[in-house]
Amino acid sequence: MTDVTITQPRRNFWRTRKGQQIAITLLFLVVPLTLLVVFTYFPFAEMVKFSFYKMKYTTPVEKRVYVGLRNYVDVFKREDCFGALKLSVYYMVGALLQLVIALYFATILSFKVKGGNLFKGLMFFPYLINGIAIGFIFKFFYTRGFVLDTVLMWLGASQENLPYWLKDQSVNNWSLVATSVWRYFGQNMVLFIGAIMSVDDSLYEAAALDGANKWQMFKHIILPSIKTIVTLNIILSITGSLSAFEQPYVITSGANGTGTYFVIMNEIAHTSQKVGLASAMAVVLLLIIFACTILQKLFFTYIFRDANSEDESYKAKRARIKAEKLQRKELKKAGKGGARA
Amino acid sequence: METAIKNTKTFFFAILLNIIKYATLLLFGFACVLPLVSCFITALKTEEEYKSTNVMTLPENFFNFDNFVKAFTTANMGRAFLNSLIVMLVVLVISVIVGTQLAFVLTRFTFPGNTLIRNLYLFASLLPSVAMQVTVYNIMSSLGFVNHLYGYIIMMCGTDVISIYIFIQFMENISVSLDESAIIDGASYWKIYWQILLPLLKPAVITACILKGVGVYNEYYCANLYLQNKNLHTVATSLYTFVGPMGSQYNLICAGVIISFLPALIVFLLCQKQIYSGITAGAVKG
Repeated sequence: MTDVTITQPRRNFWRTRKGQQIAITLLFLVVPLTLLVVFTYFPFAEMVKFSFYKMKYTTPVEKRVYVGLRNYVDVFKREDCFGALKLSVYYMVGALLQLVIALYFATILSFKVKGGNLFKGLMFFPYLINGIAIGFIFKFFYTRGFVLDTVLMWLGASQENLPYWLKDQSVNNWSLVATSVWRYFGQNMVLFIGAIMSVDDSLYEAAALDGANKWQMFKHIILPSIKTIVTLNIILSITGSLSAFEQPYVITSGANGTGTYFVIMNEIAHTSQKVGLASAMAVVLLLIIFACTILQKLFFTYIFRDANSEDESYKAKRARIKAEKLQRKELKKAGKGGARA
Repeated sequence: METAIKNTKTFFFAILLNIIKYATLLLFGFACVLPLVSCFITALKTEEEYKSTNVMTLPENFFNFDNFVKAFTTANMGRAFLNSLIVMLVVLVISVIVGTQLAFVLTRFTFPGNTLIRNLYLFASLLPSVAMQVTVYNIMSSLGFVNHLYGYIIMMCGTDVISIYIFIQFMENISVSLDESAIIDGASYWKIYWQILLPLLKPAVITACILKGVGVYNEYYCANLYLQNKNLHTVATSLYTFVGPMGSQYNLICAGVIISFLPALIVFLLCQKQIYSGITAGAVKG
């Protein structure tokens, strides 16, 4: 008798809209949140913890030695750790160059060009090749007397004057940066083309009627329309340069002074198994990246404080959505009230 | 008279611009294909030809596919393709289901923690994957996930932010009045998600699948870390077979490299438009 009275309202609760909502929310959140915690936040916490210990992956928990801040001191003291961040400068220069090239070709290819689609495809495709293949392709490409040297010799260079592209410390980082540009500028270009294409065609027609030249069109129509995405990409390129990893990892394995911060960290973690030191390195770089991101966000909002047309439309959109939501809520209330009545 | 001069000036200027335009296009187009073309040329050469001729000399026989066959068998790429296919299919199905469900809950219901969850994902996107693997490795091994295809698959499902963004964005643009009319008709929330919203999300699902599919197919860092057993190699990591003793047999290596990106090339040629729009959509999230 009592059982019935207790279970009855419960079952009713799960049948109500509210109960169903809670059930579905829990059901739909369990898997993604578990994954998020297990593969992102738990390792993140572990990383902070490990950075205070001296340990290997195989060290049992009770044998890990607490060393306080020594790992952090080591990160800054060891020339091969923090010093490796200097290499980021190469990648930053490369990333900016990459954006300029991408912007240039995006501007060209957004308009009618003979073979435009072909060029777009050729420039974009490297983005779809896997990293290890890239590694082999460019090891081959830069080998002495191979592809690059041959082409340069067609142009009149002599073999003796050409450097060893991947060994010579004065050029090897640039070789890797060039690879990175080769691989990613097409992707940036496609992004920019997308942004340029979203500009209303009539704007160009009007500008042409007013006698604007190509440069003016670029400056006053194209650039404002892609300002947001370009700025975003500049921001990404800075954090990306700090965490440069792929090209040196797959092409030179960090040999001959090409080991970027993450390449060194990867080696310390998985080859030397100094997990504590590697964790400290990761934490240091993460802090730097957060600091950069926050600074850039501030800078970003500062730049776009004067609402440009795009931001306005965005705001307008938000306002519209908000208004719609409010309306719906009121409708809902009215509907519920009506149902109850 | 003056206008005539001005006209000829602008005329020549326009021609000059055109020349610069096409010259740069050709130059960069050439630079983009050069590494790939040289690879292809080398892959078609026989052993002696490769050793005796310059890398840019065209092969004698353009239909010499021996290297491709040999590369395919030495790197056990048949197995690798099967593994990659399994990983891709399962990861795509799981991440579409999980991602759309998450987006459904986050966009349709207001509950405490909604904003927190969104921010958690935003923050997670800032963490570089390589750095995270320092400790994820530890977790993977304590879960017994190392050297098991399922372990790698589960991990790949967990590290995904972009597709969730795409789903949230798309879902926000689907009018809630649709849900409401379904509720009035007595549909459950599950039904709304499964029968009404999921079919409408098809474009977003395609976009997310393309982006994620390319990402998963090309992923090599974690695959190398967690799938070290030779039978578990994916297409990308199967290329590691050529490191070491075969390190200088570039005619063979180039063939392997080409086989590894051939599927990407085919997909690219077949659905260029979706890939381009997918790239653009994936970037909007900021």
